[in-house]
Amino acid sequence: MIEARGLTKRYGSTLAVDDLSFSVCPGAVTGFLGPNGSGKSTTMRLLLGLDTPDAGEARINGRPYGKLPWPLREVGALLEARAFHPGRSAYDHLLALAQANDLPRSRIDEVLDAVGLAGVARKRAGTFSLGMGQRLGIAAALLGDPWLLLLDEPVNGLDPDGIVWVRNLLRSLAAQGRGVLVSSHLISEMALTADRLVVIGRGRLIAETSVADLVARSPKRRVLVRSPGARTLASLLREAGAQVEQATGGALMVEEISPQLIADIAASHQLAVHELTPQGASLEEAFMDLTRDSVEYRDATAQDPGHAIPGKPGTKETQP
Amino acid sequence: MTTSATRIPPGHYNAVNVLRSEWTKLRSVRSIRWALAALVAGTVALGITDSLVEASGWAHSPAADRVTFDPTNISLAGLAFAPLAIGIAGVLVMSGEYTSGMIRSTFAAVPRRQLVLAAKAAVLAAVALTAGELTMFTSFLAGQAILSGRAPHAALGEPGVLRAVALSGAYLALLALFGLGLGAIIRRSAGAIAAYAGLALVLPYILLALPGNLARFAPETMLASSVAAVRPRAHYLPPGWEGLALMALYAAIALWLGGLLFGRRDA
Repeated sequence: MIEARGLTKRYGSTLAVDDLSFSVCPGAVTGFLGPNGSGKSTTMRLLLGLDTPDAGEARINGRPYGKLPWPLREVGALLEARAFHPGRSAYDHLLALAQANDLPRSRIDEVLDAVGLAGVARKRAGTFSLGMGQRLGIAAALLGDPWLLLLDEPVNGLDPDGIVWVRNLLRSLAAQGRGVLVSSHLISEMALTADRLVVIGRGRLIAETSVADLVARSPKRRVLVRSPGARTLASLLREAGAQVEQATGGALMVEEISPQLIADIAASHQLAVHELTPQGASLEEAFMDLTRDSVEYRDATAQDPGHAIPGKPGTKETQP
Repeated sequence: MTTSATRIPPGHYNAVNVLRSEWTKLRSVRSIRWALAALVAGTVALGITDSLVEASGWAHSPAADRVTFDPTNISLAGLAFAPLAIGIAGVLVMSGEYTSGMIRSTFAAVPRRQLVLAAKAAVLAAVALTAGELTMFTSFLAGQAILSGRAPHAALGEPGVLRAVALSGAYLALLALFGLGLGAIIRRSAGAIAAYAGLALVLPYILLALPGNLARFAPETMLASSVAAVRPRAHYLPPGWEGLALMALYAAIALWLGGLLFGRRDA
């Protein structure tokens, strides 16, 4: 169990984390979501005791990180940037960490196998690609077989195979009863991985919720409808309170009404429905709506949330 | 995945765990191995060169020079170079962690930061003392072998000789610890090496230009002209043991300040 209570961290005049409280429970993947620069990595460092908060505290299983008797056996962490010496081999890197917490050497081979680095274990880590570096970081996190894992943007630099691998790894860790906190700026990735979401923006908590709740709360749930009786259906849906627009190919884009209700209305008027597709973008839009006021960096041309990638680095906005 | 380490044992990570970890770190990085190899090779080579020059020049050297001739000090002439190599090794042990980001992995495994610094210092001291003594005794024996027969030479049993050779090796270990402390204070390799070179190697030349014989307190001057000599080469220099004690004080100050900042700063 990880608990953050009122965490606050200031760097110079920048308030990086602002009175942030949330918890990470066992047996679930908690997605830590926010645009770039919203304070995710700073929060991770505060949880690990690497940075000292200006106010508030973080507790791991009821204790501050610094008071853990065997830190690596309780919490495994993957930090944002590379956290290994480029001149040292993957094996020696893990060996040094294992020795520090008196872990058996057999764990090193086990985690190297688990992340697929066994073949390059004796190579200097500085020669690794970004993706291999991430795998080494994940191996270090798994080393102590901990019941809590903190992973900062673990899919960074991974190829599609690697992304699927991380997704499955996180799911299986949670299925074993472990608590996983994984940060990302991509809601689409979190939708596939996380059970719960902690959403932050500008260092403040915006929402602590589940993925399903976030979708449900989406103010604009849109459904693509194809029907041979589109014209009739459109007016029926409007009567029911929906907003209906023409989409390409004679389809309808329907808002403010659930797919179930659309189907019921069509059925009660004996209209055939050929397609009824909730639009996947709604989750991103929900996230965009949540974080709209708190995006630190945004492409100046990407003001339309339907097309923007949340938090995509771009020209820095002036502070509002 | 496995469960071999799942059960958390009683107790707490301890100094022995951290010492073993730091030993693994030190031996597994190439840059530090290179610095230590350069220490031995460069220092011995310089000592041999100086001994060859003195041996061939002895027959023609003026009487004044013959009076002050110190064959021990000649064979340890590599001390003009040794502090650079050993200091860089000491700096890199610490700054390499900050420059690479390794320090965050280290502190995540061992949140008690002063324990990390203490373990680093202990492991480095052992390695640097071994390397320093090996370098100094090899330099001495090689130099005396060259001098013997053509010029006066020294033996370890003569007064002051063993002290000069052994304390020079120990002095090198203290320079490594001084570098470690600077690495902890400055954190970046380039800056810490520059600071070390400035304080340990350049400062004496600045102090020499000032009145009051202040250069006698400079690490390089104390080492080359007093610690590594059978008798101090100038009347104002502190004798060998005092020079060593003063250097130990410098190293302790650097480590203390480094440890203080180490604990307070964000990693």
